[in-house]
Amino acid sequence: MIHSTDENLLDIANLTKVFTLRQGFSTTKLVAVDKASFFLKATQPEIVALAGESGSGKTTVAQMILGLTEPTSGIIRYKSKDLTKLTRQEKRSWFLKEVQPIFQNPFATFSPLKRIETYLFETAFNYNVVEKENVNQYVDDILGLVGLSLAEISGRYPNELSGGQAQRVSVARALITAPSLLVADEPVSMVDASLRMSIVNLFRQLKDEKAVSVLYITHDLATAYYAADRIAIMLGGWIVESGSVEKVLGQPLHPYTQNLKQSIPDPDPDRKWEGQVNLAVLETDEFTNMGCKYASRCPEVMEICKQKIPTDFLVENRTVKCFLYEDNNPT
Amino acid sequence: MSIIAEAKHLKAYYITQSYGIERTVKAVDDISIEIKEKEVLGIAGESGCGKSTLLKVLLGTIDPPLKIVDGTMQYEFEESYNVLSMSKDEIKQIRWTQVSYIPQGSMHVLNPVRKIRDIFHDFIATHQNLNKSETTKLSQDYLQKLGLSGQVMNAYPHQLSGGMRQRVTIALATILSPKLVFADEPTTALDVLVQRGVVQLLKEIQQREGSTLVLVSHDMGVHANLADRIAILYAGKLVEEAETQSIFKNPLHPYTQYLIESLPRLDDKTERSSIPGRPPALDNPPEGCRFHPRCPHAMDVCTKEVPPLVDIGEGHKTACFLVSEEKT
Amino acid sequence: MKIIKDLFKYHLSFRFGAIILLLIFLLATLSFFSPYEAAKRRVVPKNEAPSFDHIFGTTSLGQDVFWILTFAIRNTLIIAGLAVLIGRSIAVILGSFSGYVGGTTDRILQSIVDSFIVIPRLPLLILISFVLKGELNFLHLALILGFLDIAWPSKRYRSQILSLREQEFTYTAVFSGMNTFKIILKEHFPFFIPYLLADAVSGFLWAIGIEITLAVLGLCDLTTPTIGTMIYWGNYYQALLMQRLWVLAAPVITSIFIVVGFYLISTSLSEYLDPRTRLKRLGTRE
Repeated sequence: MIHSTDENLLDIANLTKVFTLRQGFSTTKLVAVDKASFFLKATQPEIVALAGESGSGKTTVAQMILGLTEPTSGIIRYKSKDLTKLTRQEKRSWFLKEVQPIFQNPFATFSPLKRIETYLFETAFNYNVVEKENVNQYVDDILGLVGLSLAEISGRYPNELSGGQAQRVSVARALITAPSLLVADEPVSMVDASLRMSIVNLFRQLKDEKAVSVLYITHDLATAYYAADRIAIMLGGWIVESGSVEKVLGQPLHPYTQNLKQSIPDPDPDRKWEGQVNLAVLETDEFTNMGCKYASRCPEVMEICKQKIPTDFLVENRTVKCFLYEDNNPT
Repeated sequence: MSIIAEAKHLKAYYITQSYGIERTVKAVDDISIEIKEKEVLGIAGESGCGKSTLLKVLLGTIDPPLKIVDGTMQYEFEESYNVLSMSKDEIKQIRWTQVSYIPQGSMHVLNPVRKIRDIFHDFIATHQNLNKSETTKLSQDYLQKLGLSGQVMNAYPHQLSGGMRQRVTIALATILSPKLVFADEPTTALDVLVQRGVVQLLKEIQQREGSTLVLVSHDMGVHANLADRIAILYAGKLVEEAETQSIFKNPLHPYTQYLIESLPRLDDKTERSSIPGRPPALDNPPEGCRFHPRCPHAMDVCTKEVPPLVDIGEGHKTACFLVSEEKT
Repeated sequence: MKIIKDLFKYHLSFRFGAIILLLIFLLATLSFFSPYEAAKRRVVPKNEAPSFDHIFGTTSLGQDVFWILTFAIRNTLIIAGLAVLIGRSIAVILGSFSGYVGGTTDRILQSIVDSFIVIPRLPLLILISFVLKGELNFLHLALILGFLDIAWPSKRYRSQILSLREQEFTYTAVFSGMNTFKIILKEHFPFFIPYLLADAVSGFLWAIGIEITLAVLGLCDLTTPTIGTMIYWGNYYQALLMQRLWVLAAPVITSIFIVVGFYLISTSLSEYLDPRTRLKRLGTRE
């Protein structure tokens, strides 16, 4: 992406995460995230989608941002502070207030043995967000933001709520510390289709009314299109295309994005899929070791793709990691 | 087209008793449906609507605490089978050869220490008396017909990609040419590209073998691509049933309308809303029409009586007083 | 509490277990009302079969079997109870801490624990009792038994924590601002409890078993009546051979009842508290 520097809320540059897997005496290295770079603006709140299939590295990126995993190399900066160099004290008193997660499975987010409102009060107390007398009102107000109320959920265990409700409580919990960034990892994939929109609309509302930015991680391009302003497509640890969501999903440039777009099941019987999709047979074929990771499946593969790793090329305000656009300026 | 399976007024409840608390979950409450030969029937609905239970009943796998309280279920192959009371021999006879089942996450079904070739052999040999080379040839031909590479035969399951495993499992379930295939959420938790491959494979099999496919899924996009007819389930009841085109272009039941409206489309950023409220708990459903607490058009009668499934015309059925009254 | 009432009403094994244990505890409390002192001998005629005066008969030392039994039960329960309390408390703290913190601390602690596991406990106890002969009163015994039963249990709790640590709600707790101690206590502990109960009972029964074994071998303070020492004295005076079965029958049958009673209670209680069956009882959505 085009870098604007100090004005960024979140700045990720050449982020890499390598997992070493030990099996007996042999070790294999799995490069989960490979020199990924993107940013979220600070000048105005925005929703940036990080999209990709399973194994693309998007969840690992989220874990690194949240501090649940250490990056192998690269820089993550939040409000100009290098996250890998935070002290424990800074983390607890500042970072955890600023950045909050929303996880995929609302029923795993909360312990099934605890009443769900305890998490809200716990968060409120631990961060001293409001005086003791006003806690109940504060929690009720926050729940109001997500379309619930304290009376509705008080005393309930997580499995007594629907997926949509539980997920909304999860968002409410994240909002208690008044964060500037929500990192939402597949927040609607486990929620019924008919209730998804309420959560996604909620994100849009939070962005417009409460100046909260959202990093929206998903494999569902349809909701990504609906929710996000900008999008970055991940494949095998790379970010292969990024830019505004209308452009990237409207007229995708990278062959992988094009393939993805065509494969989204459109809920419209007049627009069924044409043609066959090219899937890898063996696990080892999915990503080649040399050159472009998509070379083994790309319909427009060229010789150079199998030999050299493509750099990010700048095309019409977006970056594309593909030799097809070599004539354009590399960033 | 003739009917290959028929359910009439099925009622299947989960009845549990634990420490003095008795709960009856009315997962399938008076559902009647016909499955026609050679069609693709989609059963759509969200979590808590009872579709997994309906599938269990359609397959005849009824284990406690599930109990059939009422209704009948028949298969009409060359012989008729009363699904709810099949003997073990009958089940063995028709499973995989006439009726087949593709479970969710089916890629985990493959034995990790056997090569694909052997897995196929083990499977086929239990139903037909063929030796190893015969089964290998049979499997290879079948895979080739489906457009899957022959390389697969010599590999172990973990060497195959996730998408390939899923498709191999589907091939395994259908190799004995069953007439009726049930697929339980075959695309859930799969990547978009793999999903497409799976759906295309199912289509290929169905067209090639002329079998009937019953697809249970909450993903309306998959139904749009695959199903000929769709039945919409809500809170244990069938609320609408019609050809795919009609469901998407002309949904009649308020729930279906809301559902179709709320699906995001890839070139449309206009604001969409979801259904207010939440689906009812099946152990304590609302009186009358199950959807009435969330329905913007709820009338007095909706709170008291259960709307019957009425044919509005051209096979488009719906269970809604608003719609059926308009007709009369 | 509601739990006890529910279980008593509906769970047959709990009912049995509870009744048995109630009887056992009743007997133990009766020891405070015993007309004879525990240490005194020859207070009643020797070797008499059960009769109206002495319901369970008398021993060769001139003690009333019934009343000695009440003392025996009390003492055995105390020893085992103390042992379990000490042992399991240390095990839980050690295991949870080691598992949650992970890394090098975990590895070091685990190597220490592993060295404890290797210790053969019964031979060690026999050795200790032999060396300390006579000076090993039952409080010391309880302490030693407690310390010897830390290793395996701590590993079990560690493994529970290891899996709980990876659960998403642990991350939620971290982001809710909870510190390590709070997380283990509030988030993870409730999952432990059914396991802890069953584990505590097994520890209890191990302690009783060892106590009886040591006593029967004559290796602890034989003047204090415990179930084990009753059996010891019975054998010493050849009760079996002389067909004075009542002397042995009382402690043996009592020990069986103790084991059965505790076992029934612990299985039914842990089944009740198991998170999965709990969900069946709450107003869950299907």
